[in-house]
Amino acid sequence: MTAPAAAPPSSREAYRDTLTELMPGDERLVCLDSDTGLFSNVDFGSAAGRYLNVGIAEHTLMGAAAGLARSGRMPFVNTMAAFASARALDAVKVDIALTNAPVRIAATHSGVSAGHLGPTHHALEDLAVMRTLPNMTVVVPADAAQTRELVRQSLGVPGPVYLRLGRNATPDLPAGPPPCLGTVQQVRAGTDVAIVACGPYPVLAAIEAADLLHRDGISAAVLNAHTVKPLDTATILAAASVTGLVVTVEEHWAAGGLGSAVAEALSGTLPVPVHRVAMPDSFVGVAGGQRFLLDKAGITSTAISVKVRSALGRTTTSIGGERR
Amino acid sequence: MSTAVALPLGTDLADITSRIREHIVTMCAGPDGGHLGGSMSLVEILAALYFRVMRVDPADPDAPDRDILLLSKGHGGIGLYATLAEAGYFPRERLAEYSMPGGQFMAHPHPEIPGVEAPSGSLGHGLAMGIGYAVAAQLDGSDRRCFVVLGDGETQEGSVWEAAAVASHHGLSNLTAVIDRNRLQITGGTEQVSGLEPMAQRWRAFGWTVREVDGHDVDALTGALDAPSERGRPTLVLANTVKGKGLPFIEGDVRSHYAKLKERQYHKAMAVLRRSRS
Repeated sequence: MTAPAAAPPSSREAYRDTLTELMPGDERLVCLDSDTGLFSNVDFGSAAGRYLNVGIAEHTLMGAAAGLARSGRMPFVNTMAAFASARALDAVKVDIALTNAPVRIAATHSGVSAGHLGPTHHALEDLAVMRTLPNMTVVVPADAAQTRELVRQSLGVPGPVYLRLGRNATPDLPAGPPPCLGTVQQVRAGTDVAIVACGPYPVLAAIEAADLLHRDGISAAVLNAHTVKPLDTATILAAASVTGLVVTVEEHWAAGGLGSAVAEALSGTLPVPVHRVAMPDSFVGVAGGQRFLLDKAGITSTAISVKVRSALGRTTTSIGGERR
Repeated sequence: MSTAVALPLGTDLADITSRIREHIVTMCAGPDGGHLGGSMSLVEILAALYFRVMRVDPADPDAPDRDILLLSKGHGGIGLYATLAEAGYFPRERLAEYSMPGGQFMAHPHPEIPGVEAPSGSLGHGLAMGIGYAVAAQLDGSDRRCFVVLGDGETQEGSVWEAAAVASHHGLSNLTAVIDRNRLQITGGTEQVSGLEPMAQRWRAFGWTVREVDGHDVDALTGALDAPSERGRPTLVLANTVKGKGLPFIEGDVRSHYAKLKERQYHKAMAVLRRSRS
């Protein structure tokens, strides 16, 4: 009997471990915390003096990060996505984005990953908010390995970076090449539809949907948009020009998120239909874990495949349904 | 770099403050007007900082060991521009670019302008950013100081108090805030709108050293700004000022907050200021 494989860490833990590794070797790096608890019991080694906890003070967190960045440092600030994108937004906009300060905003508990903590702790607007800010790079790692890689690559971005991280462990993506920040990564090739997704469960659901659709003879490309801004429009246009149909999937309200970004990219040059699988336009008013809430909201492989079939005019299902 | 901006030969600081006020009045007589009252109340504070206290070099505005000034009350922008011009950060003629379409001299400071450290205008930002500069200086082992100039009404913003608590908790003795206490805001007196008193006690309760001075007395300001900080404490210089200072016909008038001076008012103002110089 083999021992069970260790559960993969959450993207926030993968981020924390990567930053902890990087800090001693890079004097620029500063870890600014706002009482998140993510760094409790972390040993920063020789970099211990570059960890500062400002307490429950998200505006001050962002402003202080800007001051550090404008003094030659590269601060990683830590808070929940809901507080980064809403509560502290004025400081993010004025102090960080307007000055193009090299601050990395590590935003945990994104989407509905805060689960039963409720809608005050969900962030379903953050992609919309952050990608409207000039100078901001917006990154959504889809698993722990991608998080490690993208955190490292973020050091090379001259301006601010928003890192959208989750609270919980999520499954690893199927093995593939590492992500390259600033690009959209093709996970599957396909000719009938391009499914563009970001974040752990949306990308996994897109891959599963591609498998379901394959059984029905529908060839689905899957694109992992781990960088939402700047959006790699060339890769999306190339896929859309083959498929003529795009479906987007995200753990975010439909307004302003990945689906909007993809539609904006296509509308002027290649106006193919873009269908969205996203969180409904309402607050989540019930308890439940991340998977439960996503299933309830229809961020699932089944919902994606139904949407694709419907868009292709093929109302078949591969789960005992009949072809018409 | 080890000193404040030197005065030109044959000039004293009263000449400089008078000229700063003339520049402010001139900008407020332009096509878009300007934040007159809160810029006039600020003049001695900025003059003391640039010409007496801060280690800066207008020829090298980004020198790595310079002291930092953040004008958190961004609506004092034209007061800052006038001071920077007099200090030699850019030619005085550039002040004519104020509010000119396509130019960088907006009502609220923009960091593209030489000497402007950070954008401001949305109130309640400067102190948090100042914490970052102060922490960075400590990490660097630098004796750089950071000065943050706030409006009194600005301290109605909750973010000021969030930052005030963080700054004292972390013992940022290289951080000094200055409050331009002119006692007026757009809709009336600060104490009528949302009272700020007892202001000195409030800041002391937050762990700050408080020094209260006449905000139009450059020597008093210099003394308060230059005195060594208490170990492990940030310093607040509470500068009692008069909104619209220098123009008797608007001093203490709530309507001075933003003014577009008519030609007659402009000449009257300039005559008053020039008389004060002679």
